[in-house]
Amino acid sequence: MAIWFARSKNLVSSLRHNLNLSTILNKRDYFPRPIFYTTSQLSSTSFLSPVTSLRHESTAVETQPDHLVQIDEDDGQELDFPGGKVGYTSEMKFIPESSSRRIPCYRVLDEDGRIIPDSDFIPVSEKLAVRMYEQMATLQVMDHIFYEAQRQGRISFYLTSVGEEAINIASAAALSPDDVVLPQYREPGVLLWRGFTLEEFANQCFGNKADYGKGRQMPIHYGSNRLNYFTISSPIATQLPQAAGVGYSLKMDKKNACAVTFIGDGGTSEGDFHAGLNFAAVMEAPVVFICRNNGWAISTHISEQFRSDGIVVKGQAYGIRSIRVDGNDALAVYSAVRSAREMAVTEQRPVLIEAMTYRVGHHSTSDDSTKYRAADEIQYWKMSRNPVNRFRKWVEDNGWWSEEDESKLRSNARKQLLQAIQAAEKWEKQPLTELFNDVYDVKPKNLEEQELGLKELVEKQPQDYPPGFHV
Amino acid sequence: MLGILRQRAIDGGLAASTLRRTRFALVSARSYAAGAKEMTIRDALNSAIDEEMSADPKVFVMGEEVGQYQGAYKITKGLLEKYGPERVYDTPITEAGFTGIGVGAAYAGLKPVVEFMTFNFSMQAIDHIINSAAKSNYMSAGQINVPIVFRGPNGAAAGVGAQHSQCYAAWYASVPGLKVLAPYSAEDARGLLKAAIRDPDPVVFLENELLYGESFPISEEALDSSFCLPIGKAKIEREGKDVTIVTFSKMVGFALKAAEKLAEEGISAEVINLRSIRPLDRATINASVRKTSRLVTVEEGFPQHGVCAEICASVVEESFSYLDAPVERIAGADVPMPYAANLERLALPQIEDIVRASKRACYRSK
Repeated sequence: MAIWFARSKNLVSSLRHNLNLSTILNKRDYFPRPIFYTTSQLSSTSFLSPVTSLRHESTAVETQPDHLVQIDEDDGQELDFPGGKVGYTSEMKFIPESSSRRIPCYRVLDEDGRIIPDSDFIPVSEKLAVRMYEQMATLQVMDHIFYEAQRQGRISFYLTSVGEEAINIASAAALSPDDVVLPQYREPGVLLWRGFTLEEFANQCFGNKADYGKGRQMPIHYGSNRLNYFTISSPIATQLPQAAGVGYSLKMDKKNACAVTFIGDGGTSEGDFHAGLNFAAVMEAPVVFICRNNGWAISTHISEQFRSDGIVVKGQAYGIRSIRVDGNDALAVYSAVRSAREMAVTEQRPVLIEAMTYRVGHHSTSDDSTKYRAADEIQYWKMSRNPVNRFRKWVEDNGWWSEEDESKLRSNARKQLLQAIQAAEKWEKQPLTELFNDVYDVKPKNLEEQELGLKELVEKQPQDYPPGFHV
Repeated sequence: MLGILRQRAIDGGLAASTLRRTRFALVSARSYAAGAKEMTIRDALNSAIDEEMSADPKVFVMGEEVGQYQGAYKITKGLLEKYGPERVYDTPITEAGFTGIGVGAAYAGLKPVVEFMTFNFSMQAIDHIINSAAKSNYMSAGQINVPIVFRGPNGAAAGVGAQHSQCYAAWYASVPGLKVLAPYSAEDARGLLKAAIRDPDPVVFLENELLYGESFPISEEALDSSFCLPIGKAKIEREGKDVTIVTFSKMVGFALKAAEKLAEEGISAEVINLRSIRPLDRATINASVRKTSRLVTVEEGFPQHGVCAEICASVVEESFSYLDAPVERIAGADVPMPYAANLERLALPQIEDIVRASKRACYRSK
């Protein structure tokens, strides 16, 4: 326990150093010269895909390399304003719109699954590592099979997390079961980790009688009170201020737990992102905000979503500690989330994590992403930058996993899923009475009357209703 | 936006009485029981919140200016001193933000009372109210309930223009999953707000700015801290036999005055104070219409798809054969609220309009 605390302190102090964003132009470059970035420069310095960087030629102010901030302070005087004392300067300097160097991305494993020497990270036991890998692989199989089921018309809709398995599982592994999760919709892995079974997933997708949601919601809108995972809600980013509220509630109850909420890169454009982060900071609420920056919001590339250096730089704007992490590196995600969680709970503050990744799958089954991005871009990320393969290499190199284990796991998962789907399909649907329940805590009279009226109608005109329709 | 409303915020003392005098006069005649206590709506609401916060540590108040400023309309006066900043929370200016936070806190088991400076600003937060609060219990099949109260002034004030005068009763009352209440008297204000705070479902509590300073007689029973009114039950404010006038909030006062004027002409009007817009007490309304055979409904809001439309539909569907005259609907003008005082008066129902409509329903005038 003491060891990893020390490590996290190191992490924190190195974070503090790296986050020094206040670059101010030097006096001698008082009149900056605009330069044009070429496409190749853009591709190398930014996170744009080769396809879309052509759209992103822009003029940019020449920025100075980061070094210690040089402010010409007159007489060391400070001015007193609401909000505290601030030093002043007679030099007119604008903070540049972007730093010359992007915030670096924290990672532990290289692309070949080997730990980079001298990395800060929280060690993971064999048992934990194997469980993490198994769940990542299971998530892959689950996504694949449910996607196919939708294509076959057996369920109406599905949304995969392909390419984001490390974020899903490693973040879940780093949390305590008392931490309250408010997901967006691409985090079923967190629910899987906490114990939601494949059968429960299938029941929700089929909206059958065993579905905890009683057939009220579209597929993938899972939730579980018991597992502290809030039911997925479609409007984007509404979960962010709600997470601040949950965090506030945990703070008031003095619980050893925090709120953890997920958002995509696109969701950060919503007003609720601003409100949620600002509020969590002002209220000093224990919330961990995890942004899955996967490059795409349906067909909108991040270059059209914001002009900042991703999401991590926005943390400081709200007075929130933040980190950028390689979302495809399970060990890095685990360490970052674990540290953030401890900070949030012990220091009662919000923390922002930007997990860089790539959305390999389509946005959902209603989307065909080959229409707006290159097929070879998708292939590249799927094959060469695959988070599951990367972690697998590390686990195998440690002698904790074998080819045999792999094929056994995948075939078992596949079998279990197919059985779950077949069973879920056959389960009867909700009875009619569930149409009118749960609108309120106690069913009001008008709904009782409507329910009675509908029951009578079904009995009187059975030919208008499907056979075996349950009242 | 805040600037205009700060003008309207009553600070007590000289400013208050001046504002009250220049406001559109509401001279209401009430029958007083000898030695009966009186209470303003403001005090009624304040005492209700105070008592519920005292009884349940999970109840907390949040909104703009509710703490340090004592409330934009002084409804939360004294609460910050009594309960501290954790339970009386001054929010930054983001309705969407603090509504979302309130909903999140309610998800996690607290009982927020969220104040909107006026319900006009609730439109900036309406996604949270509807998609996150109203529908959650249903969508989660009972796993997530949202014991939250959204309260604030609703409808027209005096001289505040289009963006500060809209009535939201019809909008919120059309949503399943919400309960919508509209008090009139001090007893209503206390009993309904207490019921709302105790209710496990999300409640939209529509107050009226012009009524805040109005005094009403209040019984000993209503002053008790356990007092609570049932949600979904309308009150017959005045019994009558010739025509039923159904309304809510400030228009109840107008209807009562109209009833007095009608009584002088020999028409006995029954005035029903809805108290609850959703669930709507159709039983009381229809029973009354079956007694009087005539219906006049009044609201300040826009006419199309309004609360009155729903009441008329309900009566026509259920009591058609009892009606002796077509149903009458009085609503605000179908225009965004103008500012000029004369235009504003023309855009809102007046007592004379209610009298005329009632006489028309009784075939006493055109």
